[in-house]
Amino acid sequence: MGSGVQATDINRPDYFHKVVDCQWACPAHTPVPEYIRLIADQRYTDAYMVNWKSNVFPGILGRTCDRPCEPACRRGRVEEEPVAICRLKRVAADNKSDITALLPGIAPPNGKKIACVGAGPASLTVARDLAPLGYEVHVYDGDKRAGGMIRSQIPRFRLPEEVIDEEVGYIAALGPEMRLSKRVDSLKQLLTEGYDAIFVGTGAPRGRDLDLPGRQEAAASIHIGIDWLSNVSFEHTTKIGKRVIVLGGGNTAMDCCRTARRLGGEEVKVVVRSGFEEMKASPWEKEDAMHEDIPILNYLVPKSFVHDNGKLTGMTFEKVKAEKDANGRRNLVPTGEPDQLIECDDVLVAVGQENSFPWIERDIGMEFDKWGMPVVGQETMQSTIPNVFFGGDAAFGPKNIIWAVAHGHSAAVSIDMFLSGEDISVRPAPGVTVISQKMGIHEWSYDNDIANDTRYKVPHRDKAVSLKDVKAEVELGFDQLVGFKEAQRCLNCDVQTVFTPKVCIECDACVDICPMDCITFTEDGEESELRTRLQAPALNLGQELYVADGLPTGRVMVKDEDVCLHCGLCAERCPTGAWDMQKYLIDITQAGPKCRTR
Amino acid sequence: MTYILKPKLHHPSLPKNDLGLTRRDYEGRVSTLCAGCGHDSISAAIIQSAWELGIQPHRLAKMSGIGCSSKTPDYFMGQSHGFNSVHGRMPSVLTGANLANRELIYLGVSGDGDSASIGLGQFAHSIRRGVNMSYIVENNGVYGLTKGQFSATSDKGSKSKKGVENTENGIDLVALALQLGATYVGRSFSGDKEQLVPLIKGAMSHHGPAFIDVISPCVAFNNHAGSTKSFDYVREHNEAVNRLDVILGRAPITADYRPGEVREVTQHDGSTLRLRKLHDDYDATNKIGAANYLQERHAQGEIVTGLLYVDPEATDLHDRLDTTKRPLNQLSTAELTPGAAALAKINAALR
Repeated sequence: MGSGVQATDINRPDYFHKVVDCQWACPAHTPVPEYIRLIADQRYTDAYMVNWKSNVFPGILGRTCDRPCEPACRRGRVEEEPVAICRLKRVAADNKSDITALLPGIAPPNGKKIACVGAGPASLTVARDLAPLGYEVHVYDGDKRAGGMIRSQIPRFRLPEEVIDEEVGYIAALGPEMRLSKRVDSLKQLLTEGYDAIFVGTGAPRGRDLDLPGRQEAAASIHIGIDWLSNVSFEHTTKIGKRVIVLGGGNTAMDCCRTARRLGGEEVKVVVRSGFEEMKASPWEKEDAMHEDIPILNYLVPKSFVHDNGKLTGMTFEKVKAEKDANGRRNLVPTGEPDQLIECDDVLVAVGQENSFPWIERDIGMEFDKWGMPVVGQETMQSTIPNVFFGGDAAFGPKNIIWAVAHGHSAAVSIDMFLSGEDISVRPAPGVTVISQKMGIHEWSYDNDIANDTRYKVPHRDKAVSLKDVKAEVELGFDQLVGFKEAQRCLNCDVQTVFTPKVCIECDACVDICPMDCITFTEDGEESELRTRLQAPALNLGQELYVADGLPTGRVMVKDEDVCLHCGLCAERCPTGAWDMQKYLIDITQAGPKCRTR
Repeated sequence: MTYILKPKLHHPSLPKNDLGLTRRDYEGRVSTLCAGCGHDSISAAIIQSAWELGIQPHRLAKMSGIGCSSKTPDYFMGQSHGFNSVHGRMPSVLTGANLANRELIYLGVSGDGDSASIGLGQFAHSIRRGVNMSYIVENNGVYGLTKGQFSATSDKGSKSKKGVENTENGIDLVALALQLGATYVGRSFSGDKEQLVPLIKGAMSHHGPAFIDVISPCVAFNNHAGSTKSFDYVREHNEAVNRLDVILGRAPITADYRPGEVREVTQHDGSTLRLRKLHDDYDATNKIGAANYLQERHAQGEIVTGLLYVDPEATDLHDRLDTTKRPLNQLSTAELTPGAAALAKINAALR
């Protein structure tokens, strides 16, 4: 092909995996379109099991996931909003029937013992993956109930306790020994207890504090966000003052302010140092907070806690603005205006979380970096002690549940391979199942008719009711009908357009019918130049071009994957079957025989 | 047949023309023709042309007869006027419509059966009369709707799908149109939109009878070895004499051309046809030269394509008949019934 673009190798599993934007963006690579089709088909249990296999906590994640899939969703690029993937997951969880018969069978004991430290999402994932393989898994946690931050930090009005009990219960039923109310105080000690491998999933348990004037004196009314949430969760804390300031702009701050509204806070304000746009909280969590009459005040840097003989009365803030310096770096500089005093009865400090490993001795040969974090392999999750693995927030700092699950799967694969004598640096390739969707000349085994509906909103419980009860779930979830309609918005991006150049007669039928101008037959060229002279310019560099050569005229077929609707009209209008719609079901290999070579 | 609607969603960067319409606004229904039919590409070229010219859909009338080709007006410009006439009678219906309302843009869509067999007389006379129209023949050299018999434009010696050789002479509609006085004559290929779209735009902005013969392979019955209207054959034997750009208004020349490489022809309506020559000795304003060239090349088995002839000073039927300048539906009662005095004057002139 000379100087032109290399023809695309569609046999690389990553090529079509990337086209499924949601699955590619998901840390656990859940096959999203697959389960959405099952929901549309009212096969809720099957949809739940596709999720359960991949992300372990469908009911929990269907309410609380950070949803990296949604900003990635192709639907968001072809109309206004992405498919409500997260809420569809909940539809599967809400409507499924009993799944106990579908849980994996448990292999006879293989004689190997694993310890999981912490009973949060990462450890529970490791336990779920390894226990059915015959490993003897012991899960340790200081709390008396399993779930970790899922149970301690996420407020009940976002995630009912029953959902946690149910999904943690499925894992407990697979046979791991839950050693709860048993905090591990020494890794050195644990290493002597005969475990073949140890997994550390202890999270990022320490909330950052703000050491400002007045902090010590007014300590009784100043609370660390995650500790306070945990106290509310375990019902040690049941009320708060009428006027509350929440410091911080992340999702923990959003949980704090909304919880405060339910425990007696009437004037709850969130105060952030930087701009509203720069806040770390997910947009929908900010919306939910504002919907509950919680103002978010920005560009205010906390300066001091004001108190009257130890009784907190308010906080002062310095007013700042964002300015770019000579290097283009954004800095917050004082505006010079007088400081602002905001009166309050309580302050919740939610300005970040930190890792903390006081229980890991520094003389046992484990390497830590300059920030005090263990040195852990990005894919293997292995520490510098070969049989100790990390995952979740404990591995690379605070992330979220779905990352913890992904780490858990990777660590379980590593442990399984490690204990089978495999080289864990060679990661197992995903399983790929390719199925042509063609049933007749114009019949496909997926629904290729594109729905024009815009995104459906999830109904909320009446605000007056939900603000009175910290346990009343705010989001009510889609019912089956709306769930179906929302599911129909999915573009089935896993049903791929597969092109066979040698049978193409270059009749242009696909070019003419394509609603999105994705397909071009043109002279070959360099990719950057080729992108400018397609049927529609291919400006989204994050999306690949599918280039095929070997056509009768010597031209190349170029398909821009960016906004393809996967409607299959190219294949319907193709007279020779050069286009086919094939489902690429990508299944990330988990611990078990498939990840081993022998 | 595709029975889902083409999705309404379109590429986010899809451009709009001066009317604020996207190309998708010029589409019609999803085609019911066989998958891969050349006619669908011609429909797409018509859509592109009308969009680029910024034609208001309700100012265009699409007329057709019977046949695969004549079904296609359903598949483009769904908001335009249309008339699906009796077999071979499109030219008469178009002529009548044009006489009644000269302000619409007339697009006649026909096929080789509709125009070279049953409607040959109609075709000839509408061209001869000089009706202001764009007459497009979607020429596949085969009767597709009746399963693949040779049509009147099939070349002598070409073979049917079953291997039978055609022993009759084919009608060359381009040669006929030239002889009959078409003032804009082109030939193109459904598989080459870069050539076809400007040709259709030129025809639509031409004042006078414009004729385009578009070779359009029938994938079901005429796309095999031995056919002279297959994708492969046309691609191998295509001899383009020029490349056309249609320039509306006064857009400056932006590309650099070698001296003598470009010939500009300004039409009545102010539009400019910019012809990039591909053959040094071809002059598209020389009718006799064009006719000779076509014959020579045809004898060598080549298919000459491009803008073959244009008369920049073209006139039409209305000019020659000196008809009223306004459409009949805009004339008032007073103008249509001038009264007894006017009648007496006419009668007096006839005595």
